[in-house]
Order: sequence, then C-alpha cells, then structure tokens
Amino acid sequence: MTLANVRAGRRRQAGVLPGFRLSMAITLTWLSVIVLIPLAALAIRPWELGLDGVWRTLTDERVVAAFRLSFGAAAVAAAADAVLGLIVAWAIVRYRFPGRRLLDALVDLPFALPTAVAGIALTAIYAPDGPLGALLAHVGVKTAYSPLGVVIALTFIGLPFVVRAVQPVLEEVDREVEEAARTLGASDYQRIVRVVLPAILPAILAGVGLAFARAVGEYGSVIFIAGNLPMVSEIAPLLIVIKLEQYNYAGAAAVGLGMLVISFAILLVLNLLQTWLTRRSRG
Amino acid sequence: MTDDTRHLSRRGLLAAATLAAPAALAGGSLAMAQGAPKPMTLLNVSYDPTRELYKEINAAYAKFWKDRTGQALTIQQSHGGSGKQARSVIDGLQADVVTLALAYDIDEIARKAKLLPANWQSRLPQNSTPYTSTIVLLVRKGNPWKIRDWGDLVKPGIEVITPNPKTSGGARWNYLAAWAWALKQPGGNPAKAEAFVKELFQHVPVLDTGARGSTTTFAQRGLGDVLLAWENEAYLSNEEFGPKFDIVYPSLSILAEPPVALVDKVVDRKKTRTIAEGYLNFLYSPLAQDLIGKHHYRPRNAQAAAKYAGKFRNIPLVTIDDTFGGWTRAQKTHFADGGVFDRIIRR
Amino acid sequence: MSGSSKIHLPGWAPLIVLLAIAGMVALVVLPLAMVFIQALGNGVDGFLEPFSEPDTWSAIKLTLIVAGISVPLNAVFGLAAAWAVTRFQFAGKSLLMALIDLPFSISPVISGLVWVLLFGAQGFFGPALDAMGVKIIFTVTGLVLATVLITLPFVARELIPLMQEQGADEEAAAMTLGAGGWTTFFRVTLPNVKWALLYGVLLCNARAMGEFGAVSVVSGHIRGLTNTLPLHVEILYNEYDFVGAFAVATLLAGLGLLTLLAKSFLEWRFAGEIAATRRH
Repeated sequence: MTLANVRAGRRRQAGVLPGFRLSMAITLTWLSVIVLIPLAALAIRPWELGLDGVWRTLTDERVVAAFRLSFGAAAVAAAADAVLGLIVAWAIVRYRFPGRRLLDALVDLPFALPTAVAGIALTAIYAPDGPLGALLAHVGVKTAYSPLGVVIALTFIGLPFVVRAVQPVLEEVDREVEEAARTLGASDYQRIVRVVLPAILPAILAGVGLAFARAVGEYGSVIFIAGNLPMVSEIAPLLIVIKLEQYNYAGAAAVGLGMLVISFAILLVLNLLQTWLTRRSRG
Repeated sequence: MTDDTRHLSRRGLLAAATLAAPAALAGGSLAMAQGAPKPMTLLNVSYDPTRELYKEINAAYAKFWKDRTGQALTIQQSHGGSGKQARSVIDGLQADVVTLALAYDIDEIARKAKLLPANWQSRLPQNSTPYTSTIVLLVRKGNPWKIRDWGDLVKPGIEVITPNPKTSGGARWNYLAAWAWALKQPGGNPAKAEAFVKELFQHVPVLDTGARGSTTTFAQRGLGDVLLAWENEAYLSNEEFGPKFDIVYPSLSILAEPPVALVDKVVDRKKTRTIAEGYLNFLYSPLAQDLIGKHHYRPRNAQAAAKYAGKFRNIPLVTIDDTFGGWTRAQKTHFADGGVFDRIIRR
Repeated sequence: MSGSSKIHLPGWAPLIVLLAIAGMVALVVLPLAMVFIQALGNGVDGFLEPFSEPDTWSAIKLTLIVAGISVPLNAVFGLAAAWAVTRFQFAGKSLLMALIDLPFSISPVISGLVWVLLFGAQGFFGPALDAMGVKIIFTVTGLVLATVLITLPFVARELIPLMQEQGADEEAAAMTLGAGGWTTFFRVTLPNVKWALLYGVLLCNARAMGEFGAVSVVSGHIRGLTNTLPLHVEILYNEYDFVGAFAVATLLAGLGLLTLLAKSFLEWRFAGEIAATRRH
C-alpha cells in the first residue's frame, strides 16, 4: 500500500474528467463483493462462541504458540529479506557483472512460482537428505521440519517485495545530492550512511511491510517444510485449516480474524513509520 | 475378540454377496426401462490411502454396470484426510457415497448436515465396513533399532513418524492402538496409557496432516526410524519405494474399521440412489473383496480372506467399541479441543 | 542510468555481488532447478507420462478457465480503481487505497475460508442457495471467487502509481479538444498505461494459476473435475508419483519463467517509455 502512498499527493489535477461515478461504482461494487462482504462474514462468525469463547480460543496455548511462530517467523524472514534484498538490489543497480540481467529476472520468481511447488522443492533441498539440508545437518543445523524451515520458506516468498521496492529508489537516489556530498569531501561510507540509506529507508520499510504481510498468512510453501508440530512448528493458517477440519467454523474464523487484526495493526504502524521517515528525509 | 470379528465377518459376507447382485440388477432393469441409458457419474469421497484401491474397484464396477445395463458410468474420486473430506461433504460437496477412515467422520455428516440418517452404520453388513485393517510399525530394512513392539518406540533416540490425529483418520487409529497397548500392559490404567502416549508423541519430529504426507516424509525424505501406518500403507510403501522397509507387527493393535455410507440427500437429489447403493454393495462382492485383499486391506469375504491370509499376521486386535466405548466417546475424550491429545502435546 | 555509480566501495563490489548471487542461488535458483531435475528423474518419457493422462489435461483446462475469468475481472477493476483514485479527489481516498491493498495481507487460507463461511452448506447463505439449487463452493465459481480475492490488487497496484505520475493533463487536453470520455480513455489513457497494464495482468495471471492455499479450501479435490494444476501436483505427490508431480510443476514453473521473460522483454524493448513513466 505503501509505495503508492508515497507517490500520492504529489500532483493534483482539477477534476474535469468524466467517469467518476462509473469508475467509483465498479471499484466499490467489486471491493464490496470480493473483499468487504466476505471479511464481514469472517468478522461475524466467531462471536457465536460468545466474547469469552473468542477470548478462550485466541488465548489457547496452542493458538498463541502458532501466532508467535507465524508472526515471529514472518518478522525474522522480513528482516532477512531486508538484508538480502538490499544486497541483491544494490548488486543489480550499482554493479555490472555477467548474469546481472538473469539475476534481475530471477528476483520475481517467488512471485510466479506456485507456493505448493516452492514448498515441495524447498523441502527437497533443505530436508536432511537434500543437498543443502545435508550440508547444514552436518554442522548441526536443522532446517527443514523446524521453525528455521518456516523462516526459509517465508524468506523465499518475501524476497521480491523488498528488491522491487528498493530497486527503483536506489536507481534514482538523488545523484546531485550524492555528488554534492562527494564534493564536500564525504567518504564513500559516509555518503552511504548519510545520503543513500536515509533515502531508501522508506522503500525498504515498504518492501519489508509487504514481505511481512505476505509471510504471515503464507500456507502452501510452509506446510511441506514446517514439520507442523503443535506448539513448535505449527503456523496459524494451518491451525485455521485444522479447526475447520474439526468442524469448528467459529474457531477457525476467530483465529483468522485474530491474524487479520494483528497483521493490519502491524502494517498500519509500518505505514505511519514510513510516512514519517519520508517526510523527515524530504524536509 | 479378534476371532469374534473374523467369525462375524464370515457370516455377514454371505448376506453381502447375496445383496450385491440383485440390487445392481434392479438398478439395471430400471435404467433399461427408461430407454437409452444416459451416462452417469458418481462421486466417492474417500480418505487418503485408498487411492489405488478405488481406482481398481471403480473400473471394475463401471464395467460390471455397463455389462449389466449398457449404461456408461464414471466414478469420480476425491481423496484427502478423513476429517477434511467429511468437512467438504458437510459444506456441500455432492458426494453420492462416502468411504472414510472412521465412523466418527460419517457420524458428523449425519449430525451436522443431516445428509444421512443417524443409524447409517446399521444399513450395510458388518457395521458398514466392507474391509478392515490395522495399525502396524514400519521400520527401515533390517530393523536397525530392533523395534519389536510399541514399548520400543519410546527408547531414547527413536524418532516416530505419524500424522496429526486432529486431521488424519489413520493417525487417530495410530494413537488409539498405542493407547490400547499401554492400557493392556500389566498394571495398565488410563493414567499410564496417557503417560505412554505423551512420551510417544515426544518422539515425533514431524506431524503431517494426512497419512500420505507421513509416508512421504518417512519413505521419501528419509526422516524418522518408525512409521506408524495403516497395514495397507505399510505394504504399499514397499511396492512404491522398493523393498526398503520391514513391517513389524506389534504384540497388540487395533481393529481399524473404515466404514462406507450412502449420502441419502445427495443421491435423492441426483437420482443416483440405485446405482450408488449398487456400488456400496459391490464392495462386498467376491470380485471387489479380492481387489481389497490385493491392495492389502483385510477382506470380509471368506474366500478372499483365505486367499490373502498368508499376508496378514494374526495378532490380538482391540476394537473401538470394546476398549474406547465407541467413536463418539473416543473422539470426545481424546481428540476434541481440550481433550487428552491437546493435553499431551503441551510439552 | 547505466553504471554511473558514484559510490565505489573499493573491495566491496565483488563481495556484494557474490553475496547476492549466493543468496539467490540458495533461495531461488536451487528450488527452481530442483523442480526440473526431479521432473526429468526418469528421463523424457517419465517426464511426458503425466501428460498422457486426461486428468492432467482437465487440470490444465480448469486452471486456464479459472485464470481466464479471474484475471480480466481484476483487470477491469484495476483500471476503474486507478481511474477513480488518480483522476479525482474525494474523501476517504487513503482508506480506499488501503482496502485495495488489503487482500495482500489476507492469508490464502482465509481467502478460501470466507467463501465457505458465506456460501458453504453451513454458511450464511448456504441454506438459501441450497433451496435454489445453486452451488458455489466446490464448483468453478468457488475457485474463481477465491482466486479473484487473492489476486485483486495486482493490476490496480501497477496502474495507480503510474497514472498518478502521468497526471491527467493529456486526458484533459483531449477533452478540451472535444473528445468524449470513452474516446479519451481508449485513445489516451489506455495507450499510456498499456505496458503497466500488461505487466499487472501477467503477474495477476501467474499468481492466479499458481494459487494453492485458497483453492485448496474451496475445491472438492475431485480428480479430473475440480483440481487446478497446483492441486493436481499435490494429488500426484500424494500418489507417490513424484516425477509426475514435478513434471506438472514444471508447467507452472515454466509459466512463471515465461512471465519473467515477457516482463524482461517489455522492460528491454520499452525501457525508455517505462523509465519515462516511472520517473518521479
């Protein structure tokens, strides 16, 4: 939501154009039918358990553990994406090397590769008998079938968000400012810390926010690699599926609603932070 | 009690065999009477490990039906964890017949969606279970850990693979078999059984949602030392993955009775009652019973049972009714939210 | 904006490039390679085997149908939303934009669950629909609804920043010259955003065809009937047909690669236009 927001409010046109009603009608109708009404169903259903029923569901030890894993692993994955994404974006934008275009194109692969396929493939690689899994098991690190496996899958899912958010901004970090800093005698490192990083920080945050939001709810790629042990490696979306399969519709909806509310609150904070940073770097 | 069941099954089979043909014939003449028979489809919603079995049975029944009536029949299959499949039917999946891992899941369809009467299980011979199976221990070739019985599973260092009892029918049988063994040990009681099962689940590194997921984890990914498996899945693993595993029969296990049922509301709406009833009766026919034995399920039919007797070890088997007071009680005590399983996984 | 970097970081460049490549190999390249290696595990014949099965073809057909319905719907929505948001001022615009983005943060499982809650036999409208004999869950309709919810923001998100940057000057000019609303839209707006639109559609399509979690909840998993390609992959995998599962998965991976190729081509061929429209 964030990149668009950054760019919003830069240009204002007088509204002489037609089609406001039509476009608004299509937008609102579609949003209502596809997003709002279904989410209303999600918001209404849990309360047949009563307030304390919902509370009991959400504070159940196993649900709390799943929430902690889903949000925790998503946060770690988003942080990993921030680091790796920045490195990849930097390499693609600032350096020329053989295979650069290929690397650039491959960044989008996690967008395009179906999550279940990614899950099966990642498991095959990071399982104890897989090429990387065996290597890591050798040094005593358990990847697949542990929370670390969850983090790997989520990092995979979120990487393009960060790279694609940072890349254009990195390309356009004001060269004049950079140049000015150089003539003033600032070192390369000083310029990175003083000029480049502040300029791309909002974009990193935007990408991290998206990567995080996507990771929290991810299901297809995670269930194959996670191990799915209650209290240890069971993610919240799996818990929704399990509750559903026990015919506990209200409980499933309660967990779903809880997830949605928490991730929305986190995104809101990230958004505000990002707006604040943008303003500060501008002014 | 195993022997009781065996005897019962032989007696019931006669009834089944006699049932199958007339029902099918009746359906046939009906279709004939209506003129040129138009192609029909049935949907069988089943649990995870029956994929190969029903592929063959469906082909056999479609041929049987075509020969008798001239009507082309396609039987569609849906497979998945037993609970998930029952949930789909409750949510409106138009299954003509359900063939699930345990009676509780069909009970829930009757209770929650009222798609079939509560007494569904008495409508077909032998509690509506055309075959039985049991739970065995699958170990790696040569049995390197010398696993002989349930008690060996909680030795230090042993890793046990089983699916999640919350989502998998087979996993519920696994859990109950382990419980029953602990209960029947000298001085056994529910508290000791719970302690044993709790310890057992502490040896589980991966909890897949379905039986197939667990077999893949064990056989393909090479994880774990023992797989708690359906007897039929254990045999199938050696066929699918090469003879890489040994099957260990524990000193005691559970008689797993996967039932089948007609979904009345659906067949009445789709006007497929005759053909669907014929299908379920066909499961008890000598032909289908032979396929059942071939796919490593224990047939009810005496002839088929005799033919495949050499394959299945005769071990003491408890039943869900005698040891756990039926599925409704077992589900409530062990697997419902806040039940024993929830308690034991809180480490 | 070629390699005119002013920051050189002596000694760091190779390290950063190597790190980037290593990270991408471990995380992205290996899984992709794994799909193809496993698919070819039994040679070309083994690879082709699942494609001789009618169930595979019905999965392909169903996937095309679901994407073929979902993507155009979301493309029309994306255009309308972008027009409304970027060409007019109104109260609650930020809220509207947040709502458009909302599906990105909805778990795929929830995207399936909500339709079960609404239209399942035990859902809010279940009994009424049942009385009318209308089926939504476990049919193509249900698969489309789940897919549409998952992919709703893709086109709008590509168009909104671009149309914001371009501004409405050209359209306003066309209008003053006497062009009608639709003429302006088709002659001015659409050509201006066509590449962003195409890119959005490509991404939307890739995601629509590859979605697993959401459709898994609303599909009855009937072999040959309500199985999309990702679900068919799962079925083959669960039938211990690992080679077949990965062979079918290469279709989806291939689709992903094709999307990337098309995108790279668009960027290369129309680098000038895109850069111009993307520039702040």
